[in-house]
Amino acid sequence: MNTATTANGHADPHGEGHYSGPLRWLTTTNHKDIGTMYLTFSLIMFFVGGAMILAVRAELFSPGLQLMQPEFFNQLIGVHALVMIFAALMPAATGFANWMLPLMIGAPDMALPRLNNWGFWLLPPAALLLTMPFFLALFGIGDGALATGWTFYAPLSVQGGMGVDFAILAVHILGISSIMGSINVIVTIFNMRAPGMTLMKMPLFAWGWLITAFLLLATLPVLAGAVTMLLTDRHFGTQFFDAAGGGDPILFQHLFWFFGHPEVYILLLPVWGLMPHVLATFSRKPTYGYKAQVYSFIVIGVLSLVVWAHHFFTAGLPVPALIYFMFSTMAISIPLAVLFFCWIATMWKGAMTFETPMLFAVGFIVLFGIAGLTGLILADVAADAQYHHSYFVVAHFHYALFAGGIMGVMTGVYYWLPKWTGHMYSEKLGKLHFWLTVVSFNLTFMPQFFLGLAGMPRRIPDYALQFAEFNAISTVGAMILGFSQLLFAWNIWSCIRGGEKAEPRVWEGAEGLEWELSSPPPHHSWEIQPVIK
Amino acid sequence: MEQVQPTPRNHSRLVVKLLLLVAGAFLFAFALVPLYNVLCEVTGFNGKTSAGFASGGLKTELAPAPASRVDTGRLIRIEFTGTVMPGLPWEMRPLKVSMDVHPGELQQISYLVRNTANRAITGQAVPSVTPGQAAQHFEKIECFCFDQQTLAAGEAQEMPLAFIVSPEVGRDITHITLSYAFFSIEGQRQTLSATAEAR
Repeated sequence: MNTATTANGHADPHGEGHYSGPLRWLTTTNHKDIGTMYLTFSLIMFFVGGAMILAVRAELFSPGLQLMQPEFFNQLIGVHALVMIFAALMPAATGFANWMLPLMIGAPDMALPRLNNWGFWLLPPAALLLTMPFFLALFGIGDGALATGWTFYAPLSVQGGMGVDFAILAVHILGISSIMGSINVIVTIFNMRAPGMTLMKMPLFAWGWLITAFLLLATLPVLAGAVTMLLTDRHFGTQFFDAAGGGDPILFQHLFWFFGHPEVYILLLPVWGLMPHVLATFSRKPTYGYKAQVYSFIVIGVLSLVVWAHHFFTAGLPVPALIYFMFSTMAISIPLAVLFFCWIATMWKGAMTFETPMLFAVGFIVLFGIAGLTGLILADVAADAQYHHSYFVVAHFHYALFAGGIMGVMTGVYYWLPKWTGHMYSEKLGKLHFWLTVVSFNLTFMPQFFLGLAGMPRRIPDYALQFAEFNAISTVGAMILGFSQLLFAWNIWSCIRGGEKAEPRVWEGAEGLEWELSSPPPHHSWEIQPVIK
Repeated sequence: MEQVQPTPRNHSRLVVKLLLLVAGAFLFAFALVPLYNVLCEVTGFNGKTSAGFASGGLKTELAPAPASRVDTGRLIRIEFTGTVMPGLPWEMRPLKVSMDVHPGELQQISYLVRNTANRAITGQAVPSVTPGQAAQHFEKIECFCFDQQTLAAGEAQEMPLAFIVSPEVGRDITHITLSYAFFSIEGQRQTLSATAEAR
């Protein structure tokens, strides 16, 4: 009897012991193995991207150039962003999806296991491509990595060195990997849910990921198209973005942000999907407003596709366009406010306890709220003229993507780690990690709001004297923030190695199919599917 | 908990549909290139004045005869600027920084352009009109930007421009800025060596 594998549409009995050692990981088609690999890769790249930005913050500790030349500084900031977005946050979300989606919707595995394996193994070569120019430059080959910032703006990127080509190819490969992952998620959700689990009975995490997957399929190919045009402009004599040949550099900004804005929601929707689970568990109450949250996800997903130009209000857009993009951007705050309301209402009058995942979830709500409110300020065309390309923007999107994205991922890691490993992590270390993270995060980025208001532009290695104090504070914060993440890695490592045995239902108030399985779940789970009433 | 054997399902139909979505999105990116240009030309967004400015002479034939109706009731200040893009060792400046014109009036102005390098170079000027709403009402009868321009080593030339601001231009427009960017049209590699030469 091997119904599960026929249901998967492949005959390979991907069992443990099929191969051992590295070959097992290279060839595995098991969703849990692949999820583990995604998450491990993500954690490693989180430290790689973090090390880059700590070097940047060290340079910015005081005015003047101390540690590096501006060219190298420019390479660090751009590659930091690409690594954090494409190699840390997105793989973390895909890792969650791989590990948890089949467990949560009662499926025996992901729908397309071989594609899944490919999706993962494309990532390490892409990460290598992205960072290799740094090392090649050490040997005198080329002039270093991408130095245009992560946005690849033409015409700078048309003129840049070979680091741009490496980054373009890396983005292509990362994009293909993400598209594979997304197709897999959609097919799994549509075709493999447990009998009786209608779409509107599906866990919110699956809903968040479903919208993310559709956004990825709709927008990543546009980015692929844009960087392909860039590549042909650079090497094959096309003139897409070259004004001399009748092209238009602003067109690149339109194409890039048509992908770039939905990308923000691509990173955040899986986290928004997971939040209600954590909040409900530790408030010991059912999720408030399930339907409202589902509809908000869908509305945000659709709106995110039509607001892109607010990223370049100052590029000289006509006034009617400015007004349209301002109001459509602000409209996103309405479904987002619905989500905030549901999160808070879920906790309202609950029997709350504050284990590490709950701490991170509450921290997420507060700090992500700041990201939303400062985003409203940036969406205002008149105000944006002052804040555009300043440190205010840097602070804003780190509140969105560190406090919203990465702290959201940490919430999920602490919440599900006992399920994955079968051991409890150290609550003491977890709480220490939370407080160090949340305090040093604010120490790092709160001053950057004031720097931006005072007029400090982003992406510069040197600055005027009046910005010195806030920059020094920000650097101290960043160092604490960076090094306290080692606690996170240590906590995960020791939790894998051993610790107190975890119950199947790890948390007292946890609801859902994933908690019906043992901790850790068997290598093959839900081969006999549960029936949802 | 009640449990059942999973029903095997064929995923390929859904996968094909999703792949079509991906292919469609990829093509959409390329479709945006002409769509964007058409949108800019129709609306004047982005300061694009008209098609065919790089295709020599076309514009001259299509240009409307000077409008008989000159709106003497108002004056619009036209400001001229020009930038030489990196890689082109030229200098350019308008002979007049600004002039006041009545809508409907035919006007002329020249830019002084000089080649500072010791060899002949060919360049192409690309115009842009701000504000965008005025762009479609700014009609160039004759312009050095219609053709590629070649300057001999050290040569200086007055390059002429004749234009009419159409009387249909909105009454809220009081200032129009015409800006030119002069590009080297030699290949990128030559461009770089030209820059090096200019230094």
